Amino acid sequence: MKIGSVSRIQALLLRYLYVLRSSWPRIIEIAYWPTMQLIIWGFVSLHFGASQPEITASGILISVVLVWDSLFRSHVSYTLSFLEEMWSRNLGNLFVAPLRPWELMIALASISLIRTFIGMIPAALLAIPFFGVSVFDMGLPLIAFFFNLVFTGWAISQVVTGILIRYGLGAESLTWVIPFLIAPVSCIYYPLSTLPEWLQQVAHWIPTSYVFEGMRYLLLEGLWREDLLIKAFLLNCFYFTLGMSIFLFAFRSARKNGLLLQAGE
Amino acid sequence: MSLVLQTHRLSKSFGSVNAVSNLSIVLNKSSITAILGGNGAGKTTTLSMLLGLLLPSSGRIEIFGKDFISNRYPALSRMNFSSPYVDLPQRLTVRENLLVYAKLYGLRQPSASVDNMLQTFQLEEFSDRRLRKLSAGQKTRVSLAKALINKPELLLLDEPTASLDPETAGWVRELLSDYQKEEGATILLASHDMKEVEQLCQKVILLRKGKLVEEGSPSELLTKYDRQTMEDVFLDVSKGVNQ
Repeated sequence: MKIGSVSRIQALLLRYLYVLRSSWPRIIEIAYWPTMQLIIWGFVSLHFGASQPEITASGILISVVLVWDSLFRSHVSYTLSFLEEMWSRNLGNLFVAPLRPWELMIALASISLIRTFIGMIPAALLAIPFFGVSVFDMGLPLIAFFFNLVFTGWAISQVVTGILIRYGLGAESLTWVIPFLIAPVSCIYYPLSTLPEWLQQVAHWIPTSYVFEGMRYLLLEGLWREDLLIKAFLLNCFYFTLGMSIFLFAFRSARKNGLLLQAGE
Repeated sequence: MSLVLQTHRLSKSFGSVNAVSNLSIVLNKSSITAILGGNGAGKTTTLSMLLGLLLPSSGRIEIFGKDFISNRYPALSRMNFSSPYVDLPQRLTVRENLLVYAKLYGLRQPSASVDNMLQTFQLEEFSDRRLRKLSAGQKTRVSLAKALINKPELLLLDEPTASLDPETAGWVRELLSDYQKEEGATILLASHDMKEVEQLCQKVILLRKGKLVEEGSPSELLTKYDRQTMEDVFLDVSKGVNQ
């Protein structure tokens, strides 16, 4: 990577950190939703744990909730930072600077990772004293699960930001809608075998289904299924490349139709 | 005199609407040129193409002697732009905004460049204020400071003195004129302020319905149209007099 690219990525990252720093409520909000999720699902877990312990064995319910949230947070953080440029009508200024689209993507991914950590770490730490569940007990596999889900989140973000740059802020609500499209076939709270046969075939094309199957093997049977993680990773590489192509195609289309200067509220 | 920018039969159409048709212009080094025209004449479309924000339907753009469409990024680092219709991030302070752009343009001493711009545009007392808390005029000054932060050789300005009071507008004109002389910069500005055009520009390009209809120095155009002011020339051109 050239020095110029590093400087531009740093500049954008600095810009997003300034936005983050400018508002304490914003920082609190990042940690608020994962913490609320944890509290609600923690009590659900306690409730089921008393009557049907197999559902909540080894803290599985709380663990999957926390890990699934890393996908959602990484996607929302990436897309919100991009939306910040649209809300402030700054895209025109950014793209008359020698900023390459892929540099913008790296900067968005970097701030997304920072915001995901800010959101997830407090919730994961609170789960230990309040519900006796530590996702950190998974050890190194947790890193593999986490990064695979973050990777999926970014792939979704590429598509959503592509749609935003092409169709404008009218498509803003897709930010919150699209991740839930894959939730049913991600098999977060139930094993893959729960799905009807035809939907299982769909789930085989969804990287997150391998992540959550892998987590269940690890937490319930103590088995580390690296084959599942490799499949998830390969699918993620495919979707990430596809997402990037969609974004670049949309970016070119926006340049063709003169949308970069108009993008904004 | 060397050329900084040249377009050859540049056209842009949106569906059946021809926003710009066969526009061929040249900008010489170290000159200030105004691009004029009524609403919908194609000024913003032209500026957008010259900035790489909009792809032309046909034609060629050469900037710094190279094809701009295929060689955009090296040229962009030597250019800059300001428009009242494109904002800077409102949540960031003036200093933060300028620092981000100083780094985006890869300046070696970004903080020193920011201090210099703050001083030049008399923004020091607002430097730690968020942009959204500034007046329209102050924001225009910040936008111009951003446009000069990388000492561009080619500067494109869309209504640079819009929303400035007469005194500040005059001061900005002087500043732009000095910058052009000191740095040997080339400036292309779109403006509706004909006084500004007369005062600042060595050359005027007049567009109507996306086409180049008149080109020359303000004095040449005043003579040709037998008018006292550029405003009258502009009105004549808009009505199609002498064409």
